[in-house]
Amino acid sequence: MKYIDEFRNRELAQGLIKKIVERSTRPVKLMEVCGTHTVNIFRYGIKELLPETVTLLSGPGCPVCVTPNETIDKAIALSREKDVILVTFGDMMDVPGSSSSLAKEKSQGADIRVVYSVQDALKIATENPKKKTVFLAIGFETTSPTVAVSLIEAEELGLRNYFILQGHKLIPPAMKALVEDENLALDGFICPGHVSTIIGQRPYQFLATQYKLPCVISGFEPLDILQSIYMLINQIEQDRAEVKIQYKRSVKEEGNPLALQKLYRAFQVSDSNWRGLGLIPGSGLKLRNEFKNFDVEEKFPIEVGEVKENPDCICGSILKGIKTPLDCPLFRKVCRPENPIGPCMVSSEGSCAAYYKFRQ
Amino acid sequence: MCLAAPARITKIEGERGWVEVGGVVREANLQLLPEAKVRDYVLLHAGFAIQKLDEEEAEKTLRILREIAEIGN
Repeated sequence: MKYIDEFRNRELAQGLIKKIVERSTRPVKLMEVCGTHTVNIFRYGIKELLPETVTLLSGPGCPVCVTPNETIDKAIALSREKDVILVTFGDMMDVPGSSSSLAKEKSQGADIRVVYSVQDALKIATENPKKKTVFLAIGFETTSPTVAVSLIEAEELGLRNYFILQGHKLIPPAMKALVEDENLALDGFICPGHVSTIIGQRPYQFLATQYKLPCVISGFEPLDILQSIYMLINQIEQDRAEVKIQYKRSVKEEGNPLALQKLYRAFQVSDSNWRGLGLIPGSGLKLRNEFKNFDVEEKFPIEVGEVKENPDCICGSILKGIKTPLDCPLFRKVCRPENPIGPCMVSSEGSCAAYYKFRQ
Repeated sequence: MCLAAPARITKIEGERGWVEVGGVVREANLQLLPEAKVRDYVLLHAGFAIQKLDEEEAEKTLRILREIAEIGN
């Protein structure tokens, strides 16, 4: 078992599609919340294989895309300070802020370093005691426990030059905001598989109980996604609404309790501002009082100018599933991967990047 | 950004592990998955092992897939 090829079998995929076609009698709108699902749905041409009754909408599950300009502007302002090393995941480099991007700042001499893991940020802080190392902490529940581990470690090491610029967000409250949007009228959710390895099944339960929406926690290979769609259609056709796990090889009902324990040792729930979705109650994280020393905004107030958005960019509506990149006047004409106007074109998991790459 | 890849653990020293992923050996922090053992498959995300992969469940899913698709073993 290699856990990849087995779930890309063509014959099984064809069999599943046939069953979906047979089973699906009424029109349904399903949302894949996670950007990795969006990319694979495009990569494997899944939309084209589904019957006309099934519409897939892409949701807000790309941390790069939902990070508001204000956070990017703050990261840029910090990177301009002489004694700051700004550390980030690579995806954030090209995201345009109000008037610049981290990539532009780096080309003008700012000390901005791209890392693969938050552990590298901790290492940079240890190796540069005279500088402030600031990690641009974005990501959902999959990523935030790793940042919590780095903070707990920094606390134990007594490291005083390591900070984070907090941009973490929580997925289930954003799903609640989406279902309350009357424009969307969703029939079910393909729930994010890797977020769920951490949070488990329970945080989605309210969607089934209160909103009568079927939810299936899905893996990322084509057979995983097709099976999840089949499972959702089955529930809808039977008028059932339950939370089911398709991705059982990776997701346990209880998630990863140790990761959650570390996450909530360093962080507590707060409100958070999402690009496109606005301020969502309880959808973000902030550092607990014991960890406030690591909060760069707490220690060094950051001044940013007026936060500006490109008025023609429709990333916000795309993130809500209300519009697609094909509705955008900038798409392909002005906004391209080499000249991205909005974050959904920058991130490899953004809807616009997926449309650009896979759909001619 | 929540990308995570299946990786097989080849060596463990305390909270540090080494995993093979697509033929490349990388270091993996095991602090979120201390129960991981050598030869286990884990999900690797941003340098951390975040969950153990369950072979039995994977086989079960494949069996269910064959049943739905009505394809024999």
